[in-house]
Amino acid sequence: MVGFIARRLVQSLFVLFVMTLIVFFGVNVIGNPVYIFASSECNQACVNGIIADLGLDRPVWEQYFVFVGNALSGDLGNSFTFGVPAMSLIWERLPATLELAFAALVIALGLGLPLGILAGLRPDAISSRLIMGVSTLGFSVPVFWIGLILIMVFSVQLGWLPSIGRGDTVSILGLEASFLTLDGLSHLLMPAFTLSLFMLAMVIRLTRAGMREVLHADYVKFARANGISETRILSVHVMKNILIPIVTVLGMEFGGVIAFAVVTESIFSWPGVGKMLIDAIAVLDRPLIVAYLVFVVFMFVIINLLVDILYSVLDPRVRLGGGAR
Amino acid sequence: MSAGAVTRPEQAGPVDPAGAPRPAEASAFAAVARAYARSLIAMTALVVFAIIAVAALLAPWIAPQNPYDLTQVDLLDNLLPPGSESFSGQIYWLGTDGQGRDILSAILYGLRISLLVGLASGVIALLIGAAVGLVSAYRGSWLDATIMRIVDLQLSFPTILVALILLVILGRGVDKIVFALVVVQWAYFARTVRGVALVENSREYIEAARGLKLGHLRILFGHLLPNCMPTLLVVATVQVASAISLEATLSFLGLGLPPTQPSLGLLIANGFDYMQSGRYWISLLPGVVLLVTIVSINVVGDRLRDVLNPRLAR
Amino acid sequence: MKRLAALVVAAAMLSSASVAAQEVLTIGVRSEASSLDPHWTQLSADLQVQEHIFEKLVNLDSASQPIPGLAVSWEAIDDTTWEFKLREGVTWHDGEPFTADDVIFSFDRLRGGIEGAPASPAFTLDKGGKTWEKVDDLTVRVRTDGPYPTVAEDLAMVPIVAEHVARGVTASVDFNSGDAAIGTGPFLYNEFRSGDRISVVKNPGWWGGEVQWDEVVFRPVTQDASRLAALLNGDVDMIDYPPTADLPSLRDNPDFTVSSIPSDRLIYVMPAYRDVEDYVLDNDGNVMQPNPLRDWRVRKALSLAINREAIRDRIMGGASLPTRNVVPPGFFGYDESLEADPYDPEAAQALLAEAGYGDGFQLTLHGPNDRYINDARIVEAIAQMWTRIGVKTAVDTMPRNIFFSDLIRGHEDSFPGHDVPKFSMSLTGWGTVAGEATYTVSGILETYNAATGGGNGNFGRYSNPRIDARSILAKRTIDRDERLRLLQEAINIGMEDYALIPLHFQVNHWAMRRGLEHAARTNERTLAIEVRRVD
Repeated sequence: MVGFIARRLVQSLFVLFVMTLIVFFGVNVIGNPVYIFASSECNQACVNGIIADLGLDRPVWEQYFVFVGNALSGDLGNSFTFGVPAMSLIWERLPATLELAFAALVIALGLGLPLGILAGLRPDAISSRLIMGVSTLGFSVPVFWIGLILIMVFSVQLGWLPSIGRGDTVSILGLEASFLTLDGLSHLLMPAFTLSLFMLAMVIRLTRAGMREVLHADYVKFARANGISETRILSVHVMKNILIPIVTVLGMEFGGVIAFAVVTESIFSWPGVGKMLIDAIAVLDRPLIVAYLVFVVFMFVIINLLVDILYSVLDPRVRLGGGAR
Repeated sequence: MSAGAVTRPEQAGPVDPAGAPRPAEASAFAAVARAYARSLIAMTALVVFAIIAVAALLAPWIAPQNPYDLTQVDLLDNLLPPGSESFSGQIYWLGTDGQGRDILSAILYGLRISLLVGLASGVIALLIGAAVGLVSAYRGSWLDATIMRIVDLQLSFPTILVALILLVILGRGVDKIVFALVVVQWAYFARTVRGVALVENSREYIEAARGLKLGHLRILFGHLLPNCMPTLLVVATVQVASAISLEATLSFLGLGLPPTQPSLGLLIANGFDYMQSGRYWISLLPGVVLLVTIVSINVVGDRLRDVLNPRLAR
Repeated sequence: MKRLAALVVAAAMLSSASVAAQEVLTIGVRSEASSLDPHWTQLSADLQVQEHIFEKLVNLDSASQPIPGLAVSWEAIDDTTWEFKLREGVTWHDGEPFTADDVIFSFDRLRGGIEGAPASPAFTLDKGGKTWEKVDDLTVRVRTDGPYPTVAEDLAMVPIVAEHVARGVTASVDFNSGDAAIGTGPFLYNEFRSGDRISVVKNPGWWGGEVQWDEVVFRPVTQDASRLAALLNGDVDMIDYPPTADLPSLRDNPDFTVSSIPSDRLIYVMPAYRDVEDYVLDNDGNVMQPNPLRDWRVRKALSLAINREAIRDRIMGGASLPTRNVVPPGFFGYDESLEADPYDPEAAQALLAEAGYGDGFQLTLHGPNDRYINDARIVEAIAQMWTRIGVKTAVDTMPRNIFFSDLIRGHEDSFPGHDVPKFSMSLTGWGTVAGEATYTVSGILETYNAATGGGNGNFGRYSNPRIDARSILAKRTIDRDERLRLLQEAINIGMEDYALIPLHFQVNHWAMRRGLEHAARTNERTLAIEVRRVD
């Protein structure tokens, strides 16, 4: 057990190391950030001054070691453009992304569960086929396109919903949240729905599959035979059993949702970390790009490590079987 | 995640090939085709996709203009709505964009690039993934464990994130996006093939082949691989669709293809700026074509899975 | 839980009630300001927000001519000494008085001489080897190392910060947090939320008089279409850079107003003059020698082949000023005898044939795609037009950071301290921020010289001794009439030789909801002080 966790830990550290190498060196070969700052009037001396100030005159290897040294103490460098620590920008913007992701999760469950149950109860009804067809669309349609269509319909044509940014926020427990104000909600609706589409389709499918399995299970038949109401069977017995796989899968997908928020945030100008990354790429703000990528990779490595450890605790076969599943 | 068809729950594990017809049999193909044809929706999707593919292939011959030959594009014809007649009497059936480019032609050429990127990356990823998966299953032991660990790791990162990192580093270009897509896709093929191959590996005929001291290559490619083909085909279909979708997304973000080789995603992005002013055709029409392409491929893939793996039929 | 909800509702009602009583102006801007440290960068996006908080000794009026700011008057005492009288009774936002020490501190900080100062990307604002001297609390003297006529224009670029708050603080960080964002301007720092909003509130004690807006909010919306959508559905009151394709419908819409003004930014095409150019190929794809772009007839042909009116009408929404000048009308140095080249493809083809290139050649036109109004679209249109006269033009556009980096030193022969430009033909722009032509002529027409800064925008490496002589002399000529003559001569020589191919001056637009009135500026900045409510 301890050996297994130690092995995974070493692997995770190795992955982290490799990823920082790739990201740092990869990002360092692109473009030249100096000219973001230099105006057209900036002469050679001025350019050299900027280069020295940004630390770009040192060899890349040296820059990397400085970077790793600082990273170990939680400092991922200063953003070129904003001049403030990259991590503070990430922390500042992360709540907006998390809010968006959670809202998407709520929509996926709130819509997906009832639709999935409906489709599972009467698999051959037209409505069920329609639901499944729509869920296929949810898997295949590029999300950015749905976002554009939503903007076109609800913002441009109908003028019902705002298409950019985050609305008024209220501070709770030190975090700014927008879902508690009407204005905030109206801003949240379209981006959250767009981001939820993939999860929504997945919830529908999982629920439907779970329903079909559980409905044929003995304990449900038994409950029915005992005259327990259909509502009670559904809400207590069935739900209890189908929720477990759904929660598991959604939990594992949640990281992907945060990564994918890059697209949704760009379309809706949502002030989260994803939009920040795309903006940083546009102006070649290397430290910010590197910090975001390292941060997200770190997040994933941790999530994976925890999942692995959790599994090994719950299911000893994982340890014995090595990599084989 | 729009590219995330690849992480669909049904595909999470290896597909059990036990119910699959033996592709070696001559009549197998006919049987599969007959079974496939029983679904009207799937047949429609296949026909639609065939039309799209042929249109893309023949774009240089059937497109009214070559949208990249600047002598054929006239700025004075820009932003015309669908059905307008040009100065020289040509009709722009789907209108023109901000440069006076014929949207129909731009869509046909864009489709070509989108399909090329999707197919090329799918095929390369399939070859690499299948080879790795086969070897992994066949050799077993530490090699298998290592490879599968790498595969698991790779799959635990969202595709969009990996592709984003690569494209930030590599820059834009057809070759670069194909490379990025191969990197995010190969692991799916590897895992699928390995799963199927493991099952086959323990069957009697492989045992017999080993007993006969047939060469490793012959066993791998003569016996194991053919049995993985049905499953591979299904995975490949879905992967191509998701690759097209992912490429469109990345191009929309400005990270995929350069403007000189506009795919559908880029056409949509270019048209986005005109949408507010009611010039919907520049963005909407390429979007519709993209949508139809992806959906038709996915429907074909779904049907193939149902036909090739009756046990998974829903 | 219920109680929390009730609280929230009450809070929301409270805040909306107080908002209603306030005059708030929300502006959707294309580029987000990165810092409130006025010495951090020279980006317009930063400066336009900073200008609400910080002020300068000299201001520019809406036509970019110098007028008093924190200095009430200035005069040249001799050829190399200027004296500035500072405004009396001005206080910093925290109540401390503004004095000559703050001025001298600001220039020291700009040169990076203060701990925590940006090692300044902005220090070239400070040209001509100026030294500063305090005469008394409200008088400062500037000495330059030679005759230097544009001191006042230069100072219109340099924001003054408060010595008592800015000494020792960390550049950018402490300004964005608000701690050091203490100026003398019409607005006080309120909030900086990266990616979301920057907000400033009224300074009730501003020396310049009553400020109409209680609060001004800048919201970055990068996508053109989204920015327009935000205006249309009332998210913001005003936007900069409305998409030009939508200008006609915006003008027709009674719910909105558009303000426009020609900017000081010249958009032009810059040929490169090396013997061999990587992107100039013959029809078989071989690099050409000699480089045909060195022949003025070829350059003239390319200029005649451009249909500037079509670009204006079809791409720029009807708004651009086709030109053959380098500074816009009304600016010092403008020559009204120079008229934009007509569109004449036949004459262009004849000129090409005369120069020996009747069969044409191949060329790549590079340009940015996110810097100037419709830049990528202009590049594509020019490529169309050139291809028509037989110069088969390929197009390559890229984000501004990559474009400018390659434009300046992208060639493989570059090494640190030795810049070699990469492109053979590129679309670029030059803004005459100081309102007069001296540094425009020096920057884009003078021979490149890393030591003197001459030709610092001359990435085609054009070189003409007749221009150099006049440009260098003009920089040291105090007499305005003489300077004007030198500059106009230099410009005329350059334009006759087609040193570069001018297209137009951008016309900048702002769109706002009905009931707002905006006195637009030539220098592209959006200032709340210039927006008034009229309903």
